[in-house]
Amino acid sequence: MSRLERAFSRGKAFIPFITAGDPSMTVTEQLIYTMYEAGADLIEVGIPFSDPVAEGPVIQAADERALASGVTVDDVFAMMQRVRNKCDVPVALMTYVNPVATYGTDRFMMNCSKAGIDAVIVPDVPFEERDELLPYCRKHGITLISMIAPTSGERIRMIAAEAEGFVYCVSSLGVTGIRERIGYEAGEMIKAVKAVKDIPCAIGFGISTPEQAAELAVWGDGIIVGSAVVKIVEEYGENCVGHVAEYVRRMKAAISG
Amino acid sequence: MSVCKNERTVFPSIRVAPQKSKAFVPYAGDESFFILPKEWIGLSKGRFGIHGGQYVPEILMNALIELEQAYERYKNDPDFTTELDDLLRNYAGRPSMLYYAEKMTKDLGGAKIYLKREDLNHTGSHKINNVLGQALLAKRMGKTRLIAETGAGQHGVATATAAALMGMECEIFMGKEDTERQALNVYRMELLGAKVHPVSTGTQTLKDAVNEAMREWTRRISDTHYVLGSAVGPHPFPTIVRDFQKIIGQEVKRQLAEKEGRLPDVVMACVGGGSNAIGIFHDFIDDESVRLIGCEAAGRGIDTGSTAATMTIGSVGIFHGMKSYFCQDEYGQIAPVYSISAGLDYPGVGPEHAGLRDRGRAEYVPVTDDEAVEAFEYLSRTEGIIPAIESAHAVAYAMKIAPELGRDKILVICLSGRGDKDVASIARYRGVQINEQA
Repeated sequence: MSRLERAFSRGKAFIPFITAGDPSMTVTEQLIYTMYEAGADLIEVGIPFSDPVAEGPVIQAADERALASGVTVDDVFAMMQRVRNKCDVPVALMTYVNPVATYGTDRFMMNCSKAGIDAVIVPDVPFEERDELLPYCRKHGITLISMIAPTSGERIRMIAAEAEGFVYCVSSLGVTGIRERIGYEAGEMIKAVKAVKDIPCAIGFGISTPEQAAELAVWGDGIIVGSAVVKIVEEYGENCVGHVAEYVRRMKAAISG
Repeated sequence: MSVCKNERTVFPSIRVAPQKSKAFVPYAGDESFFILPKEWIGLSKGRFGIHGGQYVPEILMNALIELEQAYERYKNDPDFTTELDDLLRNYAGRPSMLYYAEKMTKDLGGAKIYLKREDLNHTGSHKINNVLGQALLAKRMGKTRLIAETGAGQHGVATATAAALMGMECEIFMGKEDTERQALNVYRMELLGAKVHPVSTGTQTLKDAVNEAMREWTRRISDTHYVLGSAVGPHPFPTIVRDFQKIIGQEVKRQLAEKEGRLPDVVMACVGGGSNAIGIFHDFIDDESVRLIGCEAAGRGIDTGSTAATMTIGSVGIFHGMKSYFCQDEYGQIAPVYSISAGLDYPGVGPEHAGLRDRGRAEYVPVTDDEAVEAFEYLSRTEGIIPAIESAHAVAYAMKIAPELGRDKILVICLSGRGDKDVASIARYRGVQINEQA
């Protein structure tokens, strides 16, 4: 069983997102170990980008903080190498396409492979453009995660048929961020995926409370939480690790109930 | 910086770019970046050589597909084209004049200079051509709300104008820094009934306004059309914007045939994203004898770090939905750019320009703030025409090459907009305080 498969084999998966280098690469590394111990099944690590168009203000600010501290893609690979030497936590990198393309897609995926990264999530590469990345992901054994959205409609069948690893279901319109209520189209979207392919579906965008997570977990195989985690990091800075661990424990418990 | 006092000003600092661009070597890009896989060609749309495509979040894909289908349906629909043609003639004031700048021609002593007067369009720039087309299309698509980014404010004003005319809601995203340097245009947009959102993220300029408009579109797609103002972004925008702007070049060709009975030798325009440039270039692309020159904003100089000269210092990347050239660092972080001109202060360039550059069909040259300001003043004094500071970049380079071209040559400059909006900031640049309350 691959690490990615294992992430969805321990009940409903809890998938927290953090921005690499926010507030520092040392804290990011500590967060990965601690969140894994606290029950995270897969960790999404974001490469900070100057213009994260799919992110709301919380993650935009995290990217700005990380970039201000001078974090680069090479630093992320080096940190991931250290993580991989110590533990077998499943990890997906979240990045925009420009940092990949400019680095050299082949070289990027090769370094992902060397650093033990399991998957990449690239929100600005839709199905039609996936050959920008897919041949190099395949060459280096990296899973390219497919995304679907409430606006996808008939496209879900086409996307699901080719999806690998898991399907990232964007649960509401807009960018990432904390919302009071979440559109409940998620269930319908996931049904459409499962009709085509038996593949895990993780729901993300706008989830923050254990109650929301529990409600949505009924429909999906995993819950992705970004802004709510990053907000804790923002609030507590260097001292965030314990607070984040506590949050992860509560969320994992809520979706396992 | 010298305040130019002579009628004739020469810019020794402008470098004449080579006729054909050299092979471009991007930083650290591997081979994979430049090869289109065979299977890909069927899926990826809107390519200009390797450039273009549709690099947007899945959430926007159906909106882009819907837009493309609507455009394909209406672009040759007689009702649509008749209505648009009527608006362009009777509302926007087309065709715009092709004016022989005799005094400037004689003063420079070289090529015969014609100005394509897009500044005389309603709302004061070429932006209205595209906006009327897109607003009409949006209306046909059943959209009731228009959103747009704007740099200098010209596109925002044009969009607000079309929204007012067609009874649509309108929200404009504008970098906070730009709302300050183009305060007059902010008030114009508000007068026209639009809501202006100052964008305070990132560099607070055009790039960030595009980011915010894209975010807003993902929040509210069903009733909203995003009126992209330049020939940039994901397919089908670069094609749609070009098609609505290509009337500029078509008119130039016809008007010059009437006046001179022949093609021009040089056609030039300023390039930020490149909508007025692609508009005037497009009808001449197949006329190989016509030199096409795009003038980009070098800011304080291409070696200073305070520049927006994408073609000169940029490398291939993927951003704002398209593969093209971008000002970026070795890790693909988009660089903060600078130009005195809010409309050219953009770290990328339209994919069709990137394609024209790659195949050596068009040249792209940098023009500094100083040179543009001197040209702004020169045209005002010499021809009694105050150009937009954006357009002044093209005027500046024309002043450099016209004397070298010979009197039998014909040079056409796209005067993309008028300069009223820039008067206060040029005064500031020259250290003059204007107190409008006085």
